[in-house]
Amino acid sequence: MPKLKVDGIEVEVPQGATVLQACEAAGKEIPRFCYHERLSIAGNCRMCLVEVKPGPPKPQASCALPAADNQEVFTTTPMVKNAREGVMEFLLINHPLDCPICDQGGECDLQDQSVAYGKGHSRYTENKRAVTEKYMGPIVKTIMTRCIQCTRCVRFAEEVAGVEEIGAIYRGEDMQITSYLEQAVTSELSGNVVDLCPVGALTSKPYAYEARPWELKKTLTIDVQDAVGTNIRLDSRGRQVLRCVPRINEDVNEEWAHDKTRHHVDGLIRRRLDRPYVRRDGKLAPVSWDEAFAVIKDRVAAAGSNVAAVAGDLVDCETMYAAKALLAKLGSTKLEGRQTGMAYDTSSLAAVNFNTTIAGVEQADAILLVGTNLRWEAPLVNTRIRKAIKKGAKVFAIGPETELTYKVEWLGSDLSLLGNLPEAVATLFGEAKAPLIIVGGAALKGGHGATLDFAKRFNLVREGWNGYNVVHMAASRMGGLMLGYAQAGGIADVTDAAVTFFLGADEVDYTKFGGFKVYVGHHGDAGVDHADVILPGVTYAEKSGTWVNTEGRVQRGERAVFAPGDAREDWTIFRALSEVLGATLPFDSLAGLREAMATEVPALRQVNTLVAFDWNPPSLDTAGQGSLSGYPIKDFYLTNAICRASPTMQRCSAELVHGETFAEAAE
Amino acid sequence: MLADKDRIFTNVYGFQPWNLEAALKRGDWDNTKALMALGQDAIIDVIKASGLRGRGGAGFPTGTKWSFMPKEPKPDRPNFLVINADESEPGSCKDREIIRHDPHKLIEGALIAGYAMRARAAYIYIRGEYIREAETLFAAVAEAYDKGLIGKNASGSGYDFDVFVHRGAGAYICGEETAMLESLEGKKGQPRLKPPFPAGAGLYGCPTTVNNVESIAVAPTILRRGAAWFSSFGRENNKGTKLYQISGHVNKPCVVEDAMGLSFRELIETHCGGIRGGWDNLLAVIPGGSSVPLVPAKDIIDAPMDFDGLKAVGSGLGTAAVIVMDKSTDIVRAISRISYFYKHESCGQCTPCREGTGWMWRVMERLRTGDADIAEIDTLQQVTKQVEGHTICALGDAAAWPIQGLIRHFRPEIERRIIERSGGDLAPMQEAAE
Repeated sequence: MPKLKVDGIEVEVPQGATVLQACEAAGKEIPRFCYHERLSIAGNCRMCLVEVKPGPPKPQASCALPAADNQEVFTTTPMVKNAREGVMEFLLINHPLDCPICDQGGECDLQDQSVAYGKGHSRYTENKRAVTEKYMGPIVKTIMTRCIQCTRCVRFAEEVAGVEEIGAIYRGEDMQITSYLEQAVTSELSGNVVDLCPVGALTSKPYAYEARPWELKKTLTIDVQDAVGTNIRLDSRGRQVLRCVPRINEDVNEEWAHDKTRHHVDGLIRRRLDRPYVRRDGKLAPVSWDEAFAVIKDRVAAAGSNVAAVAGDLVDCETMYAAKALLAKLGSTKLEGRQTGMAYDTSSLAAVNFNTTIAGVEQADAILLVGTNLRWEAPLVNTRIRKAIKKGAKVFAIGPETELTYKVEWLGSDLSLLGNLPEAVATLFGEAKAPLIIVGGAALKGGHGATLDFAKRFNLVREGWNGYNVVHMAASRMGGLMLGYAQAGGIADVTDAAVTFFLGADEVDYTKFGGFKVYVGHHGDAGVDHADVILPGVTYAEKSGTWVNTEGRVQRGERAVFAPGDAREDWTIFRALSEVLGATLPFDSLAGLREAMATEVPALRQVNTLVAFDWNPPSLDTAGQGSLSGYPIKDFYLTNAICRASPTMQRCSAELVHGETFAEAAE
Repeated sequence: MLADKDRIFTNVYGFQPWNLEAALKRGDWDNTKALMALGQDAIIDVIKASGLRGRGGAGFPTGTKWSFMPKEPKPDRPNFLVINADESEPGSCKDREIIRHDPHKLIEGALIAGYAMRARAAYIYIRGEYIREAETLFAAVAEAYDKGLIGKNASGSGYDFDVFVHRGAGAYICGEETAMLESLEGKKGQPRLKPPFPAGAGLYGCPTTVNNVESIAVAPTILRRGAAWFSSFGRENNKGTKLYQISGHVNKPCVVEDAMGLSFRELIETHCGGIRGGWDNLLAVIPGGSSVPLVPAKDIIDAPMDFDGLKAVGSGLGTAAVIVMDKSTDIVRAISRISYFYKHESCGQCTPCREGTGWMWRVMERLRTGDADIAEIDTLQQVTKQVEGHTICALGDAAAWPIQGLIRHFRPEIERRIIERSGGDLAPMQEAAE
């Protein structure tokens, strides 16, 4: 633990810390462009220069200099001030003065730091440099003349995203950041370079010229595009969410978000259901809420207790609890959320939970992926595996080969391999200190027992370590399982219901359902094609809700905007309907609902904490059955109703998944 | 003048063939096994005692550098020797002569130096433009392998040592030691941050020493003739002999080996047939390759040509690439051209150099024609100070120093051009009487 002095303030920093970190520990702000906590150190912007004694009589780059005992660091001396002013002047001489039309304006590191550390005027009278734009795909807009060559994007692409598709070409003042062949950056994490870029060189293409940061209302909520539960901030103006950016949560998403999280937001205002409909003579007719409720009342009266609810992938626990409570009043427990027909054992939720925790993956030294394409099913778990590999972990996988951005030893596609691993692999897992298995949806059918058996044989659950993980893909999944949205036989057990409530369920096979179908959801997607009654609900952005991510972390999001038209928050729909049905629910506020829900499932009260599931795995058939032929997600960018309605996601799908090319308009 | 018997590079002019047969006659590879039998630490001690300072420009004591290498390399992290033959400094041409006429001196030196620092292999990084020289070097290495001088059980010493030759692709910056390592690894040639220094984590993350061709090539002779012999030349702290490369306005430009510390006058008179037009016609000298500041005639004539002697006149020995300029030289244009070189060769990694070299060159071009304001000279001086010492590697310094030297010694000349161009009405304004 080196002890040093920063401007006379004595600080003690951990071994291996840099002088920059020591300065921050002392409360001194050090300007920087290239340095980023989560990327390797480049030391090339030279903005963070400080004076260090003992050392050479010239300023040192504090981001790259290890803190050492008895160092004296000065951050306010004339030498440091001159160095900063000099570097700032150099950065600005070739930077265009187009701040008024730059999307970074107002949240630009270069703007802020030139005010704080610059000279305030320029002595440069030569011509400025201009750089041609580069094509980086449908997400990232480039205005490369603004680039200050900090190489954050290059390092991110290489180190975090694992795609070496961004780099620097040419040298000296001609150096340019490019995607080499000017093809789209194929990473599902490409949008993060927009946040990383300290200037306006890389900005968000869908958000271009939409808003200024100071006009936006910022709402903290939780992403529902996958089961990771990325912490996000929705920036909205009026009734429209204009952009989505990640928040820092070291346990979940660090500070990244994938492109679907960032750019589904233009789907929030398209194809919305804004009034109730009832199907008459095969056609949907707009009706009032009362008329819709009346139709449902007749059907429910006839059905008696033979009613069911199917939860979609995006719904919050409150919605699921309200529907469950209504069904309970009607005498039914036919609840199911696994729309695609999965029927894995849920008698112990620990056996279907991501027990290691997302952050815990980094500690693993041997990793087995079974039937999961993490790059699409949970991109931010994939980045953790990359970090584990950097620390020396070995990764093996069972399933069809796919590109995961790191070195994987593919063992085959047969689930029976779980009981019959190659000797070298078995030895490695036997000797591993922190072995880990990640089971994807594709393997839960036919491989659940075999993976649990693997966990038992290799002692994956040990003191202080649980290496058994199931990765889910739906934001509603863990919450749904905790609320009982699971039948022993899966969805097949509920298809015979006379009336079924579909809570934004768009992935379900409606042809299996013979009864009356009530769709409570927000987008005109698959569900409305089959629904007999449509009740317009709200998206996650328009309600305060609780979600439980794949590791069992209870998280709560807040409402960013109001829903369009007559749409109502989902739980209020069930509350109102319950009165019409004569089965009034015992709560009439969100707080009351949450209280009732927490009484039933106490764990849901503990926001921002992990649910403690006892490790008590069921005894299942330990033989792996069948061979994996593919992964459940066929198109990363179009996995739910919101992103299917988003033009940006459609374009991403067409270009990045289906390989279509789009001609740029001639200039 | 150095006696012929005391020359290390006896074939620097190529009067004899370069090949192994001729090299053996010149005494190379003469019982190398016995030299290696001295022991690794003993070799380093001899080099330390000889006072040899690195010949690549910085002048760091070579023996000390070698001693930084781990004494017991781990099997998965072997030591490496990298030999810098990326001789790209304008004015420098000594490594070229060594490689094309005396390559076996280098290869033998590689073996001995590599053995002393417990290296597994040597990589010779040769400048891309040296096409014929690279051919010679490839052939010489092949000869040495054929005769078992290097490779498994090199020279019968029981030590396994490989020599690889790697051709550069034409970037000046790859002559910087860490950029060279990046380039060798197949990456874009950009200098690394230090620390860690190459001796800790260099090529492929393994301990590495980067040495200049000349530093390596003189090592076998020093061992054969003894540290005392080598250190009998030159002045204290500046020992030995050195290849000087004199170009420019002398009657007979040449590459010549002579003792360190002889005066500039002696060097020119003895080997170059004097200054073109006589000593009175001398304007300035760049004594160590383009990156060191120029020295005006009056300061350089009797200065000793070694590290400390040239430092005393505000310049440096560099690679001893002496560029002589007589009074026919457009000195501003000459420095402006050097500025263009650095602008062109900046790697673009760090801000001051990337942006500053272009700015400095553009101002220099205007100063050349006088299309500037007198105040811009001071601005330029400040810009060079903003670049100097703020960059990752020394290229920023190298770009700044020639301009600083010009302003220091030739400011009246620059001002004259500005005044003349503006019609002469920029004469110092009369102060109002008080």
